[in-house]
Amino acid sequence: MNLLYRIHWRATAVGAILALTAGGAFAEDDDDKRIRPLNHAAWQQECGACHVAYPPQLLPARSWRAIMEGLDQHFGTDASLDPQQRADILRFLETNAGPGRAARDGKPLLRITETRWFIHEHSEELPANIWNRPSVKSPANCIACHMAADRGDYSERTLRLPR
Amino acid sequence: MRFLLTAVLLSVATVSVQAETPTDFQNLYAAQAKQENPAFAGFSAEQGQRFYANTHGKEWGCATCHGRTPSAIGQHTATGKTIAPLAPAANAERFTRPNKVEKWFKRNCNEVLDRPCTAQEKGDLLAYLLTVR
Repeated sequence: MNLLYRIHWRATAVGAILALTAGGAFAEDDDDKRIRPLNHAAWQQECGACHVAYPPQLLPARSWRAIMEGLDQHFGTDASLDPQQRADILRFLETNAGPGRAARDGKPLLRITETRWFIHEHSEELPANIWNRPSVKSPANCIACHMAADRGDYSERTLRLPR
Repeated sequence: MRFLLTAVLLSVATVSVQAETPTDFQNLYAAQAKQENPAFAGFSAEQGQRFYANTHGKEWGCATCHGRTPSAIGQHTATGKTIAPLAPAANAERFTRPNKVEKWFKRNCNEVLDRPCTAQEKGDLLAYLLTVR
């Protein structure tokens, strides 16, 4: 057994133990890590118009409420909806919201990219300039790498880093 | 005569409630433009092209996301998401659903002009988009 192999084996074992003890929604196993795809026509259509319809599981209900209350100034753009549709989508987001204490200084976190989960998942093995490539533009552009993100599939099988 | 007048008024009302084709929208904007400006003299595709290509005092214009050519696929300048072509000749879904059209004019006119678009501006823009093959 060469040294490299042994190191690799130990890292895997430690990883497995960590995964077992951590439990939680996102374990190390790729299948378990997969975000469960959801169906909701208005959410798909409205939230998916300018960006991928981000999975509700990735933010807590408190964050979704804050986001849906400020749609007329949604990260610098006007994303306003009629009140009925807004309420309908918010209900769906709240029902499927993630756990998490995604708050900072008492304020709800509004960006998935600032959650500890996102930072952890995207901290390793990524080229330093990945977010700035013209084909990616922004960490908000999930589908640039997660090719099936529009179907709610973020598994590694459908992951590809573009040039 | 009165019957005819009623029929005409009814058909105008129906168009304004249920615009389903780009031409329906064009007629709707023409009716609104006449109300906004009694001297309304029709729409101009050239004016619409300038409106589309230029910015209007803010950072983004139509072309920023919809692309220089409205018959091609655009890209949202902030999120990078692809945007289906805007010109009806390249995308048959454009200007077929009043709710969708009004929602996007409301958002994007705010974004680009910091105010709602006039009926003249919407009509000019659509006149231009209809010339794009």
